[in-house]
Amino acid sequence: MNIETISRIQFAFTVAFHYIYPPLSIGLGVVLVGMEGLYLKTGNKAYERLTRFWIKIFALIFGIGVATGIVMEFEFGTNWATYSRYVGDIFGSALAAEGIFAFALESGFLGILLFGWNRVGPKTHFFSTIMVTLGSMFSAVWIVVANSWQQTPAGFHIVGSGLKARAEITDFWAMVFNPSSEDRLLHVWIGSILAGAFLVLSVHAYYIYKNKYVEISKKAFKIALTIAVVASLLQLVTGHHSANGVAVNQPAKLAAFEGHYDSLAPANMYLLGFVNQKEQKVTGIGIPGGLSYLLFQDFKKPVIGLNAFKEEDRPKQVNFVFQTYHFMVMIGISLISLSLLALFLLWKNKLFNQKWLMLIFTFTVFLPEIANQLGWYSAEVGRQPWVVYGLLRTSDALSKSVKANEVWFSLILFTVVYLLLFTLFIYLLNKKIQHGFDDEYKETIPDSSKRDNPILN
Amino acid sequence: MQTFLGIDLASWWFLIVGAVFTGYAILDGFDLGAGAIHLLLKKEESRRIALNAIGPVWDGNEVWLVIGGGALFAGFPEVYATIFSAFYIPFMLFLTVLILRAISIEFRSKETMIWWRKMWDIIYSFSSILIGFLLGVVLGNLIIGLPIDKNFEYTGTFLQLLNPYALLTGATTISLFAMHGSIYLAMKTEKRLHTKLSLLVRDTSRVFIIFYGLLTMVTLVYYPHMSAAFKKQPIWFAVPLLTVVNSINTRRLLEKSRFLVAFASSSLTVALLLMTFAVNLYPVIVRSTINPLYSITVQNGASSQKSLTIMLIIAAIGVPIVATYTAFVFWTFNGKVKLDETSY
Ligand code: HDD
Ligand code: HEM
Ligand code: HEM
Repeated sequence: MNIETISRIQFAFTVAFHYIYPPLSIGLGVVLVGMEGLYLKTGNKAYERLTRFWIKIFALIFGIGVATGIVMEFEFGTNWATYSRYVGDIFGSALAAEGIFAFALESGFLGILLFGWNRVGPKTHFFSTIMVTLGSMFSAVWIVVANSWQQTPAGFHIVGSGLKARAEITDFWAMVFNPSSEDRLLHVWIGSILAGAFLVLSVHAYYIYKNKYVEISKKAFKIALTIAVVASLLQLVTGHHSANGVAVNQPAKLAAFEGHYDSLAPANMYLLGFVNQKEQKVTGIGIPGGLSYLLFQDFKKPVIGLNAFKEEDRPKQVNFVFQTYHFMVMIGISLISLSLLALFLLWKNKLFNQKWLMLIFTFTVFLPEIANQLGWYSAEVGRQPWVVYGLLRTSDALSKSVKANEVWFSLILFTVVYLLLFTLFIYLLNKKIQHGFDDEYKETIPDSSKRDNPILN
Repeated sequence: MQTFLGIDLASWWFLIVGAVFTGYAILDGFDLGAGAIHLLLKKEESRRIALNAIGPVWDGNEVWLVIGGGALFAGFPEVYATIFSAFYIPFMLFLTVLILRAISIEFRSKETMIWWRKMWDIIYSFSSILIGFLLGVVLGNLIIGLPIDKNFEYTGTFLQLLNPYALLTGATTISLFAMHGSIYLAMKTEKRLHTKLSLLVRDTSRVFIIFYGLLTMVTLVYYPHMSAAFKKQPIWFAVPLLTVVNSINTRRLLEKSRFLVAFASSSLTVALLLMTFAVNLYPVIVRSTINPLYSITVQNGASSQKSLTIMLIIAAIGVPIVATYTAFVFWTFNGKVKLDETSY
């Protein structure tokens, strides 16, 4: 394998692993604000217990999110040095702003959120919860802005040429509000909220299914369901908006989403299918002319296809992009159906007796997580062969002084560490969930060290 | 070239990046140092107290590294790209131990089995030591300079980075952090543990002074460019002089058990050491050992004037806010450590 491929695999692997956690952190933060807010408002102890329980899980997820995020920030320099030189002038300010405004906010108040129950009043604690959640939402802003700039560059000019070519900023706000950042930010935020809400739904559905902590779980389920209903519907809207944006700004990517090659033909919209890249044909079920209709309100109108682009200027893995994109959309539709069904049953007062539905909900945590991953795969692989769309090729973006065996070394290292991390994460998460709301567990201290215990003496 | 208060923008940004990394070294320095001496605390309860002394703040401290990385990327993309790709393997190891350390703090107290806690204690302590060491190795190599060509690309190998001088700066960094961290722990503890730490502090500060003396001599003999600023502008000589006076003063304060002031004083030592490094290097940031003309300087490595201006505005708005609530968080957790049900 050449160094480009290994570097891409490493980047994709580390960022995808990182992205298991941020959506859960952001989404769980939103749910926590809801729970703790209800506690402050009603004074009901059940909400306090819920908040404390979920804060512990939040801490676990957040910790791994931070640990894996630092890798990402340095990887731009280690593996994509040429890219970093090229975009530093633009991208650097977004990353610096992220550090100052977002990361500092979240980790500063995290201390109070996790360790502050007995140190500060309930209001200050609630304030910290809000700040941590806001901080994590802000961090999505800057990183998504930076990524969106890569997809749809704006507010810059190119200085120098050849090896010394650089993008330099000319208009900060045009860079921040580049054509795709608003749509994509909303889509990423809501995708995260879905991840958090469905985590809470899953765990409490499991408790209800097992007949444990039923009363408190019903309360939590209702909070999370409210959030899930709103978010899943909004996700369809923001996703649709994004697709319209892609049609205008990255037509090759849109064509890859639907496996559409022929620029003279109307484009179909598939529900399921398979792209035969050799014959440039899609077999599947869908609406003939559906994409044409969505874009132009006309089933017959032709849509730019992949053939309008030179071979070297368009994504190669068309089937991969097609599949990831369609699975994401399918998951989106499943989430809407599930949450609306649950809402309907809740209204009929029958929701919590439906054991089968509780069993299904137990596993739904995976759906938004998978959709979040798939969304990024389709967006990023669909952008290929460009790392900065239309300006810098991925193959030109590498670090020139790094050798393939060095990247192999780090890739293997990360694989080992991340597997370990993931195993421990699942183990501890499961332990917390199994432990549930039983009385806070008491630390057992070996007698030998009790003798000299400065605190217990 | 635009200036602000008579200093050009790129130099302002050099000051900012320097200040952020100094903040990082002071803040994460004490919790890395606490990790470095962790295994010297033998009792379970002592280890838990030591961990909880840094519990609410270590994550916030590490953010300074993230901000520093971002600020370097923003202000000096050439430096960011060159250094990070040149130090590829050290940085990958650095990232790995950073992850291991973060999770060992998190996971350690989640199980009560003795082997589990022992295992994480060892990982925690070794990764804390390695982080300090690798940071020192990077610093040492920046002092020597790197073989970078005219496109600012590193032409050396990994093993070249592990030269004796860099190993010495690595060891010195560990000893500095160990002193700094043990003073912090002494400040945050009481009773027997406090007594134990106040004895330990005398050793760690002694070790640091030995390494500092050794490093200074070696640098003066082999890397005379690291005293260039003193020759040009003797006023800068005040910086190393202050470092020496301040180190002696730290020892004096420790003898008198004035830990809070001693902590401030060892923070100052960290800052002064980095300043010595910066004033002698400036305006060069990465020195080329192939040809001085290939060095990356504050001017040829910086972002555009426009970008620097924008970021100065961002920093001017952001830094006071961050400082305010960081102070608030430290204030919330001031005083001696007490374990409760939210502790690690
Ligand atoms: C949707 C939002 C999102 C996206 C697309 C990314 N991250 Fe992330 N990141 C977060 C949302 C987030 C977060 C929610 O803010 C995290 C995760 C959990 C946490 O503790 O903070 C975080 C942590 C985190 C940290 C540690 C911050 C700290 O110490 O507190 C760094 C340095 C990065 N990220 C950097 C990146 C980079 C360079 C990315 C792209 C390649 C990236 N993140 C994608
Ligand atoms: C957390 C969410 C993200 C995920 C899951 C993700 C996913 C991916 C994937 C799968 C690839 C590999 C594409 C390929 O090999 O064809 C990739 C590449 C890349 N992405 Fe992202 N990405 C994310 C966020 C970002 C952000 C926010 C940025 C920049 C601001 C970014 C910059 C890059 C770069 C520089 C590459 C390397 C070049 C390449 O292989 O295309 N990514 N990403
Ligand atoms: C409901 C139907 C959905 C539609 C029509 C849709 C549409 C899209 C489109 C067109 C993109 C590519 C945007 C671009 O490349 O600029 C995208 C990306 C993405 N999607 Fe979806 N999506 C849907 C559901 C979901 C769901 C349910 C989730 C997660 C819970 C999700 C998460 C993501 C993510 C994380 C990305 C990558 C970031 C981005 O490019 O915005 N999507 N989606």
